[in-house]
Amino acid sequence: MKTYYPLRELTLARLREFLREPEAVFWTYGFPLMMAVGLGIAFRDRPAEIAHVDVQLEARAPDVVARLSARHDFVVAVHEEAVWRERLRMGKADLVVVPGDTLTYVFDPSRPESALARARVDDVLQRAAGRQDSVRTADARVTEPGSRYIDFLIPGLLGMNLMGGSMWGVGFAIVDMRVKKLLKRLAATPMTRADFLSSLAGSRLLFMLPELLVIMGTGILLFGMPVRGNWLAILALALLGALSFAGLGMLAACRAERIETVSGLMNVIMVPMWLLSGTFFSSERFPDLLQPFIQALPLTLLNQALRAVILEGAPLASQSWRVLALAGWGLVPFGLSLKWFRWN
Amino acid sequence: MAPRAGGADGVTAAGTAAPAVRCRALTKQYPSKEGPVHAVNGLDLEIRGGECFGLLGPNGAGKTTTIEILEGLLAPSSGDVEVLGRRWGRHDDDLRQRLGISLQETRFQDKLSVREVLTLFRSFYRRGVEPSDVIELVGLTEKASAWVGKLSGGQRQRLAVACALVGDPELLFLDEPTTGLDPQSRRQLWEIIRAFGRSGRTIALTTHYMDEAERLCDRVAIVDRGQVIALGSPAELIASMGGAHVIEFSCAPGTALEPAALSALPSVRDVVAGAGDTALTVSEPHVAVPALLGLLQARGAELHRLTTRHVSLEDVFMHLTGRHLRDEDVLPA
Repeated sequence: MKTYYPLRELTLARLREFLREPEAVFWTYGFPLMMAVGLGIAFRDRPAEIAHVDVQLEARAPDVVARLSARHDFVVAVHEEAVWRERLRMGKADLVVVPGDTLTYVFDPSRPESALARARVDDVLQRAAGRQDSVRTADARVTEPGSRYIDFLIPGLLGMNLMGGSMWGVGFAIVDMRVKKLLKRLAATPMTRADFLSSLAGSRLLFMLPELLVIMGTGILLFGMPVRGNWLAILALALLGALSFAGLGMLAACRAERIETVSGLMNVIMVPMWLLSGTFFSSERFPDLLQPFIQALPLTLLNQALRAVILEGAPLASQSWRVLALAGWGLVPFGLSLKWFRWN
Repeated sequence: MAPRAGGADGVTAAGTAAPAVRCRALTKQYPSKEGPVHAVNGLDLEIRGGECFGLLGPNGAGKTTTIEILEGLLAPSSGDVEVLGRRWGRHDDDLRQRLGISLQETRFQDKLSVREVLTLFRSFYRRGVEPSDVIELVGLTEKASAWVGKLSGGQRQRLAVACALVGDPELLFLDEPTTGLDPQSRRQLWEIIRAFGRSGRTIALTTHYMDEAERLCDRVAIVDRGQVIALGSPAELIASMGGAHVIEFSCAPGTALEPAALSALPSVRDVVAGAGDTALTVSEPHVAVPALLGLLQARGAELHRLTTRHVSLEDVFMHLTGRHLRDEDVLPA
């Protein structure tokens, strides 16, 4: 007689269900790929920022326009006050120059491009009026791979995807089976809990491998992101991250009886981390008061460790406290969900 | 290959000796806003090895709660349950290996095929039937590679029963196996259940269809408000009515026919007067019908309808409770 292995069959069932659901495949692999490509292109080799400068329409305007137009990094226009105020409000103009005995710069200092435009316009106008530099300066530009925005972004996207994939993959699957009363039916068989949970975690790890390859591959092949660390260390971190978030997903799903409930719970867990954990911009930007909390979030731990290993070539051992904390984020929710799990 | 041969041998001898299921003073309460609801309220049951046993009752009578307690999926509030001589909480894995269960509604993964679902369920059991054999047994061979999402209601229900059979169980639990199915699908399922029963193993099913209970079950417990109110073979229960026939008639509205006058007619054993409709249980229709017609003529009543038929379990239920089995409006509180 043929021998059957429940863990193998359960895992196969999960794999089949996943691969037969085109939408799930897209959200797991296609979406992160598009995001990496889109963001990468948007931030790659940005040309010198073009500043849109408006000059107020009056007698001395042509003089200002002539001086600014000599530079190719300004787009200059002349408008009446009512018009430039509207343009400034809509963000069509970064800066407005009102000529006069005192030149007035009108701009919103909280917009970085406006503040930059003010400095550059002022520099051009002051030089034209005869100002001399008192210190000699030279520029050394940093554009080598490893320190660009795209290099920062790719490990963050990887971390974010490991989180989303695991939480949805495990949480959604459990609640879907509960809604269908399939969990109850499975509980009526001799299937062991260990096999069931291992199949969820195992299938998650299998789905994770192509995810890792797609995102890293995009970074390396399309943007020339350097991989300075050990690939085994990267793989180990990805496995750990996927398992930890699978534990959190299981906790979110352990009692939820409706898809809406588990969706809400998972968004409560994930949305703050999308913002705080340094996926798209550094988490150092948040106030110091929040830093201990932010640094302890699982996605922050994973993103920081991935960046250290991928971009700086740090050995896994140097990330040991992050690895341990991340494992804790997986084990504690897993333990709690075992305790609270509802089959019916 | 003989799919069920292995299981049948060892079981029949042991199975008939001891009861397959025994429960005493079973209760199950659920909290609710208006105080605890007694879904099961002191229920005693003994299911013999090798028989097909039916729990018959209206919706909300406590059938599903009872069978889920027997299946080990719900813990009773109090009472004692023994299944195949074992107890839940102590011999769970052993029991799970020996039971086949079909729940009232289970939706299997839509994007798995029939064969894949059965292979999955087969893998949970130490020994069992080959998936292809059980697929043939339930008549799904042509659909073996079809996704569950593409199956009809009847085919899904047969798949659910196949999942219950794939572990080659000694005791099969079926909760409302044919509810909501078309007549042809119901007959197909009855055939599958009968075939399993012929192998000498035990079946416990719930139903609110009396024809199903009459056709399939060796013994029936009529359940109402969480208690067994009658127990016996369908024939015994029907005989307990005192007569084997029912005369149903209705007259023009406003016709006054007091039950006492009807009870006094020859061979009438029982009178149930409903809204416009009256049902008489009689032992000899050839005596009762002329007497009834005579009475109607004497009263000048205008007869709209008159039928006679054999007594059914529905009549037994009506007789015991004064309510219809499938009367959705009169659910017990």
